[in-house]
Formats: sequence, C-alpha cells, structure tokens
Amino acid sequence: MKYLDEYRDARLVKAYAEKIRQLTTDSWIIMEICGGQTHSILKYGLEELLPERLNIVHGPGCPVCVTPLEMIDKAISIAQTPEVIFSSFGDMLRVPGSTYDLLSVKAMGGDVRMVYSPMDAVKIAEANPDKKVVFFAIGFETTAPANAMAVLDAQRKGLENFSLLCSQVLVPPAIEAILSSPHSRVQGFLAAGHVCTVMGFEEYLPLVEKYQVPIVVTGFEPVDILEGIYLTVKQLEEGRHEVENQYRRVVRREGNPAAKSVMFEVFRTVDRNWRGIGTIPQSGLSLKEKYAQFDAEALFNVEKILTEESRECIAGEVLQGLKKPVDCPLFAKSCTPEHPVGAPMVSSEGACSAYFRYHKRSDVA
Amino acid sequence: MGLVCPIPLTDYDKILMAHGGGGTLSHQLIQKMFFSHFNNELLKTEHDGAGFSFGNQRIAFTTDSYVVRPIFFPGGDIGELAVYGTVNDLAVCGAEPLYISVGFIIEEGFSMDELWKIVQSMKAAADRASVKIVTGDTKVVDRGKGDKIYVNTSGVGIIPQGVEISNSRIKPGDKIIISGKIAEHGIAILSAREEFEFETSVKSDTAPLNHLIKKVLEKYPDIHMMRDPTRGGVSSVLNEIAKKSNLGISIRETEIPIAQDIKAICEILGLDPLYIANEGKVIMLLPSEQADSVLQILKSDPLGEHAAIIGEVVEEHHGRVVMETTIGSNRIVDMLSGEQLPRIC
Repeated sequence: MKYLDEYRDARLVKAYAEKIRQLTTDSWIIMEICGGQTHSILKYGLEELLPERLNIVHGPGCPVCVTPLEMIDKAISIAQTPEVIFSSFGDMLRVPGSTYDLLSVKAMGGDVRMVYSPMDAVKIAEANPDKKVVFFAIGFETTAPANAMAVLDAQRKGLENFSLLCSQVLVPPAIEAILSSPHSRVQGFLAAGHVCTVMGFEEYLPLVEKYQVPIVVTGFEPVDILEGIYLTVKQLEEGRHEVENQYRRVVRREGNPAAKSVMFEVFRTVDRNWRGIGTIPQSGLSLKEKYAQFDAEALFNVEKILTEESRECIAGEVLQGLKKPVDCPLFAKSCTPEHPVGAPMVSSEGACSAYFRYHKRSDVA
Repeated sequence: MGLVCPIPLTDYDKILMAHGGGGTLSHQLIQKMFFSHFNNELLKTEHDGAGFSFGNQRIAFTTDSYVVRPIFFPGGDIGELAVYGTVNDLAVCGAEPLYISVGFIIEEGFSMDELWKIVQSMKAAADRASVKIVTGDTKVVDRGKGDKIYVNTSGVGIIPQGVEISNSRIKPGDKIIISGKIAEHGIAILSAREEFEFETSVKSDTAPLNHLIKKVLEKYPDIHMMRDPTRGGVSSVLNEIAKKSNLGISIRETEIPIAQDIKAICEILGLDPLYIANEGKVIMLLPSEQADSVLQILKSDPLGEHAAIIGEVVEEHHGRVVMETTIGSNRIVDMLSGEQLPRIC
C-alpha cells in the first residue's frame, strides 16, 4: 500500500539501524513524545535493532494517559446525569476514575456513546433536542481543531444542548516541563509528527536554543522513527541542536494555518493539570469566554470535583521518561489492560499498554 | 453454604459489552462462571461445539446467538449468518452438519417484510450448506426491549470415522493454514453502520465452510485442530489454541492474506485486522508434511482460493502467539482486551 509499505520496508529498516549503530559512539537518552510512536517502537521491536548505548524513553504524548483523574470523575458525574448523552473517543471510556469507568456508567444505565469524531456528537445533539449532549474533548493539538470545529458547527446550527468537557493539552509546554525538571535525563526529542502537521515546528525553535537539545519532527512508521532517531543521534554526536523535520511528506514549517485559526478562535491557553505530572503553566486549552455556553464543566457544576491519584502507580515517572513500564511493581501483576490501575495501561497509545501487548514479558521465554 | 458468584464483585458487578466481545473479559466470564459451574468433560474441550458418542456414532452439537447490527449488511444478513455460523461451528469440529434449530426473538413492531427476507435468506443458506432447519421457536418482546430481531441457532452433525479435531492433538512442527483473506466480515459491518460514512465495496465473507472442510478431511482426515476465527479474529483463536495446548504459536505477518482495501480501512481507524471477525474462514493446524497438499485442495475451491500457510506450532513461548513483523522483528500477538467493535455477529 502506497505511503505505508515503503515505510515498513525491512531493508530500509535494517539500513537505518546499521547507520545508527555506526554513528553512535556515546550513550544518549532520546525521548519520543507521542504515544503513537511508542506503540510503533514496541510493535515493531525497534529497540532490539538499536545499539545498547541508545536509551529510548517514552514521553507524555498519550492524551488519555495525561487526562487527570479528576477530569474522568467529572466525566463520570456528568454521564450519570439523567438527561445527558455522554460521548467520547473509545479509549477514554475504559480509563478508571476513582470509583469506576465510563463503560460501567453505561452498564448502569447511563447513555454513554463511543464516537469517532466530535462532529458525530454534534449530529447526536441535533437528533436529540430533548437531551444534553456532552463530548469529552481530550487530546493534543491534533484533536483541538476538530473539537473547535464541533463548537463552531453547534453554534452555527443554534444548538443549545451541545457542550464540551474540555481537557485539551499542548506539547511544547510539556517538553519544557520535562527539560526544566532537575531529574530530566533526556538529551534529544522526537517531536510528534501529527501535532506538527497542525502546528508546524516554529514553536520548537526557542526550546532548542534555551535547552540546547535536538528536536526532530518524526513520523510513525518504523522507517520514519529510525530516520528520526538517526537524525537526532547525528546532531548529538556532532554537538548540534536544531529543529529538523524528518516527516517532510506531511509536516510544513508553518503547519496547517486553517486548523490553527479555528483552534485559536475557540480556545485559549490555560494552566492544566497533567495526570501523574502535575500542573504545567499554559499547557492546556479551554473554551474562550464567548463560547462559555459550550463549557460542560460550568454547565454541570462539576468544577469542584477533586481527586487524588493511586500512590503505587508510577505513571507520572513513566510519562516523564524517568522510568519504563516494566520498572513498575504493579506492571502485568495487579495492573493489566482488563484491570488498569493507571491510564497508560488503558490507552491504545499508553506506554504500559504497548509494553503489555508487544514486549517480551517475563512470562515469555 | 450458598453459591458465591465466582467473578469477584471487585472485578465487575455489571455485565459490560466487552463480556460478549470475544476477548479477555468474555474469557473470564466463560471460564470463571460458566465453565466452573457447568463443569463437565465435554465443555472442558473448549471447542466451538461439543463432540460425543451416541452408539457407534460421533456427534457434534453446537449453539450460537446472533445479534448483529445492522441486520442487513454488505455481503449478507442476520439470517444467513445464523445458519452459516452454526454450520461452521460444526464443520470445524470435523462434523458434517445435518440439522439446525432456529429461535427468533423479535421486537414488537418489526417489519414483516424484513422478517420474510430473513427467512428466505435462511432457507437459501440452509440449502447451500446442505442442512435442514428442523425445529424452532418464536418469541416477541415489547417494543424497545429488543433491537429488531435476534436469532439463535443450534445444530447437530456427524463426525466421520477417523476424524478427531482437538487441541490435545496439536504438536510442535504443525503448520497453521488460514483459508483466505482476513477481517472482511468485521469491516463490512463497520462500514454499514450509520456512524461511518465510508464508501467501500467491502463485503462480509459469510459463507458455509462445511463443503470445503469435507473436501480436505476426505483426503486428509488427520487434521489436528480447526477453528473459525469469528469474534476476536485470528489472534483470539490462535491465543486460545496456544493457551489450551500450552504450546507456542509463531506466525509471519507477511504471509497473512488481507485485501488492500481492508488493510487501508484498518490503518485509518487504528484497528488491528488480526482482531477483526471473519465469518467464512477456517484456521487449520495439521502435520507439516500434509500442509502443501491441503493448501492445494483449499486453493482449488473459490472459498479457499487465497488460503495460505501463516506459521507453525513451536516448542518455545508456551501459551503465546508471536508474530514476525514485516520488518523481521518479533512481537507478541495478545488476546483482544475489551472489544474492538460490538455486535458484529
């Protein structure tokens, strides 16, 4: 299949792996930001192909994983309201809140629906004028334009029964939070190709200067990832720190101006709590004042719900690249995809779930 | 002492959709509640049907319920699916299906015209599979208490002398064959759902496998194991076989037959075709030296023309399925957790 097969080509993969081996003379720690990349790395066993000196750590780019527990509890509270149809992407439905998950709310009689697009939630609102339809707006810069579009669409249609429970997050502030942490060990980043498809990569230029780290915008297929790692290692070995674009077939420097303009028409940047990491300044998006009528958090009066995390789960450290899923005492024991303790075990983009699904676990010879 | 629910309440105190999804939660429910309580030797074989002796005759017996939404989908409908599903469950037990029962649960207000279409389709399907629908039942539930129509079918068939399909017969070195391209039924259902605005020509692969399987068994009765990879797809069936036989299964991604359009839809939606349902495919595990000949028999039939040897049974990684990826690395193929897509059959 065009645009796929050539990026999953075994010969190219081996050629890049060899180039990386030849190039690497020192030990380096590189973080891939995006959960989609984490999954590709695990699914294709790419770490096996890399020299031992390269340590690939996994970043916070799993939208489900970083959505704070209290936001899930708010979602559950709203979904239990009788006249509500609560809609969400599928992964979010299985993340445990402090008591249970959204799928359990559905089993208890709540009208919880999985949708593939926020625009479908708008359609549900149109078709059910006597119900209040709430969409769980989570994700990074990749989901924000579509979620903003849903708000504009609902406004254009004059819908008064549609709202967003908004927990949008932004990548660059998270990179900065990781780099400015005294515990940080990360020396280079693979930036998330799809986020940069929307945003471009100009916003990474100041980070590269300030923290002297290479950032390489990278795609998601095995060849993409290995080329991204190759470019990062090359910079590190040569003592350079620049923004480079591996994902040239998709990403432009300025990103997608139309998507950005819709997004910033509807949303403003705010401080946001990241699950396992804490509050990162200006790292989230909330609805602007003029779209307040679409803000489910205010409409359903759930702003006061506060929740504490499990103390045993090390999701925060995993999401910051300080530890790997297999370092967690709960991993594959009390925490499994059927009984997730932390969100990274739930999401299809979560590092723990990727390790559980694809990695050679101790029970495998 | 009263009976205690074997699934601890801390797990789930309510049934979730995933309990019927064919993945891990389904298995937990079946293993912990049904198997442990209904406990008997026949059930313990964990096959698609039960095989037992009646006089000198080996009989296979199976049942299945169909709740597919939508009831008419590209390439088939709930009636045809209900006949072929039970026919195939018997056929993969090594049996020649003979008689089928039908139970209809119909929602008040359901269109008589649509019911007639389903009944005609079931008759045509039964004729194609050479089985007779010999008994049945009809129940109507209040409007809003069902979703149009549910169909249950049960079936019996005769297992010929010399045929023994069982997990216990699988040996290291056995080859694994699949009879054609994967994931077509699940994707056809998906594309027919109103929430998806795909324009595809994807059709369900729903078909009776008994004639195809009979052709193979007539020449090679020594097939060790067969399953039809319906709910949960190829990965769930192979995982069940690996766990039950406590042997390892190795497959190669490049050998697994899949149509380009199915692959593309799976890529777009982030679905793994290994977990998507098939309704007209059989997976066979058989002695290595017979694999090429059986493959030729399958390929000579329209229902098996894309058959392929996708891997083998190994001594390593007991109880697990490991796949060599397109780039030559190895990864675990785990059992489906939760559900990819509800109510596909």
